[in-house]
Amino acid sequence: MTRSDARAPYGAGPLDSPLLPLADDALVLSHRLGEWAGHAPVLEEELALANIALDLLGHARALYSELGDEDELAYLREERAFRNCQLVEQANGDFARTMIRQLFFSAYQELLYTQLAALGHPLATKAVKECEYHRDHAEHWTLRLGDGTEESHARAQRATDSLWRFTGELFLPLGPGGPGGTPELDGPDLVGAVDWDALRRSWTDRVTGVLDAATLTVPTTEQHGAWAAGAGRQGLHTEPFGRMLAEMQHLHRSHPGASW
Amino acid sequence: MVTEAEQRQRDLTAWAGSVPDPELPVVTLAELGVVREVRETAPGGRVEVELTPTYTGCPAIETMATDIERALREHGVPEVTVRTVLAPPWSTDDITPEGRRKLAASGIAPPRGGAAPGHGPVPLTLAIRCPNCGSAETSLISRFSSTACKALRRCESCREPFDHFKEL
Repeated sequence: MTRSDARAPYGAGPLDSPLLPLADDALVLSHRLGEWAGHAPVLEEELALANIALDLLGHARALYSELGDEDELAYLREERAFRNCQLVEQANGDFARTMIRQLFFSAYQELLYTQLAALGHPLATKAVKECEYHRDHAEHWTLRLGDGTEESHARAQRATDSLWRFTGELFLPLGPGGPGGTPELDGPDLVGAVDWDALRRSWTDRVTGVLDAATLTVPTTEQHGAWAAGAGRQGLHTEPFGRMLAEMQHLHRSHPGASW
Repeated sequence: MVTEAEQRQRDLTAWAGSVPDPELPVVTLAELGVVREVRETAPGGRVEVELTPTYTGCPAIETMATDIERALREHGVPEVTVRTVLAPPWSTDDITPEGRRKLAASGIAPPRGGAAPGHGPVPLTLAIRCPNCGSAETSLISRFSSTACKALRRCESCREPFDHFKEL
């Protein structure tokens, strides 16, 4: 099967919008962070992670509402129809792994939304200041863990090394020619106007600067696995995602139309 | 000389804005700066309200909409629609001076002014004063507190923890 065959079949509509991958990133990461409720190492972090999750859920809801029915998009799609990057679906692991995932994603989201805000997208304009707080939070924890005890350093380094291969996918252009959209369906092509090379450069500067300051070693390995480059954006996901989705969608699917 | 239409507009705006914030009931929605527009579609007819969230995911927004609708109906408005708008984004600079005073009086350090977008939480250097004793010697405990819009701080002088409405 070639890469283009691997793309989930779908017709015209919200599933072709280049905004969908951004909405899916936000929803999936929001759910992952929500899993920390009741498990975070200290109460303050419990609140912080729940607050970040809530911001991301707000971003997802605003974007889904632009595309169609938000409940349908969140709860009634199969795994292959989700366009989130594989980074955000990775299991939480220990606190260091969650924080390194936060560092990689929040730096990306802030830079991407800054570009989208400059192009006039209302949600990005609203969300970018929230993303700054998320990135600031992740940077402080990366410094504290990396430049902390021997144990926290080792855990942060392990997380950095194992998540690095999911970061290359972030810079694959969405929109025309990219895996997330088709030229004829992009409409007002905000996402297509993003400068992805500049995004990659700024992200690399930012993240390597933080890792350096945290005394962590920046991986020299590839930023994608042999088989997985851009696969999340095409609807191919890693093993933990199916289980996460089952839990996230279970209630809605078991009790259609329920309210309380 | 205020015309009847102008007076009606003022009344509607005041009624919608007088609703207390569901999570920070010491301030009203007008003082928080989240009511963007109040418009009567026809004399004595339906009223449309534009509301903007503080944070995109603010869970209080639905309660605010319901409360505004109830407040206007109590004043005889037959039909109310509340629409959420994102642009232009709300900023802590939209909180009125009266709103800031009430926040401080209830033990929440108000946001510092001039929260320019793109300059982030880090470069700000103005001291955040303890709302209990007024000391400028305070330190950050957590960037996120009981709600997304607040940070948790501690006063180094009186040792009391307090919420700070953080700049956005």
